[in-house]
Amino acid sequence: MDVSLEVQEIQINKELNLKGKICPYTFIESMLALEDMEIGEVLRIIVDYPPAVCDVPKSLKNEGYEILDVRPVNETDWAIVVKNTEFK
Amino acid sequence: MRFSDEQIHRYSRQMILPGIGGKGQRKLTEAKVFVLGAGGLGSPSSLYLAAAGVGTIGLADSDQVELHNLQRQILHRTCHIGLPKVESGKKTLESLNPDVKVQIYSERITSANIREIIKDYDLVLDGSDNFPTRFLVNDACYFEKKTLISGAILQFAGQLSTFKSHAGGPCYRCLFPEPPPPGLVPSCQEAGVLGAVAGVIGLFQANEALKEILGIGQSMVGRFLLFDALGLSFTEMKISKNPKCPLCGENPTIKELIEYSQSCQAGSYEKGSFHGDVCSGEDYNPQSPS
Repeated sequence: MDVSLEVQEIQINKELNLKGKICPYTFIESMLALEDMEIGEVLRIIVDYPPAVCDVPKSLKNEGYEILDVRPVNETDWAIVVKNTEFK
Repeated sequence: MRFSDEQIHRYSRQMILPGIGGKGQRKLTEAKVFVLGAGGLGSPSSLYLAAAGVGTIGLADSDQVELHNLQRQILHRTCHIGLPKVESGKKTLESLNPDVKVQIYSERITSANIREIIKDYDLVLDGSDNFPTRFLVNDACYFEKKTLISGAILQFAGQLSTFKSHAGGPCYRCLFPEPPPPGLVPSCQEAGVLGAVAGVIGLFQANEALKEILGIGQSMVGRFLLFDALGLSFTEMKISKNPKCPLCGENPTIKELIEYSQSCQAGSYEKGSFHGDVCSGEDYNPQSPS
């Protein structure tokens, strides 16, 4: 419950709906969105492709982005919250 | 620029690579690469550059497609025999990737036109088939401050290097100050060349071009690679700037482009001073540069 409250306090700068998209396009489109955002801004990604729930956060982390939260939002969809960090 | 869904699909397997992503793909889209020679080396290199989404490819060759080219010049098709190589190449490249703009030059590259042509490009790939052109390209790249990715092949051997003489690296003349005398080394036409060897070296050139554009990996500047296909072995040498280089040395004697003539009817020039059994990607063109 506490964690949920913390997440809700995170300011989301952009939402990206990737429902219906599969890997690796879920990752690529997330990365493209992050590349267009300012350092420190936060992106919330919605996916419904089960492997993407693991793969997208893992791949974004490998690229140096900071994963803030991954959680289901309903029976089919998951939300991945990621921060654009200064790493390059 | 924003990528279309089709572009994301097309380039997805390289966009997911570390160090490429959307930023790298944009660099490729904006890149302009000049490929001199649509032959054994220019075929594989231009195909892979086009496939990778290099935005503008300049293709120069004054020859027409002939049947004996097809053993290694994979840019061309049997139905293209008789067409100018640059037109044949443009068709193939554009059918592979319609995103790519292919600029063609069917005139012979000479001291009179090369600087004007290459000045609009970021990188030059040398796939020429004779020493006069090879030296001309090197000198023009030095004067125009262009990175030169050099490849050469003959029989079962190949060589590769990248020259950034404008940025402190050695140039081709640092290794080979002057063209060898005509007729000393057999040309591909006389001595033959295995098509796959042209493929190996041409793809190395494309690989190095992509690395230079993306700014990733270890550049071939200051390195000279020799490839022996029969032994499947590679030999790498370190090369450095020659202070006595007539072009980029401390007291240069070459201040403008030199047009070497190629008078030998059958062969090309030999480069005896360093590695004499390697020439280039295309058939020798018996026409002297004008």
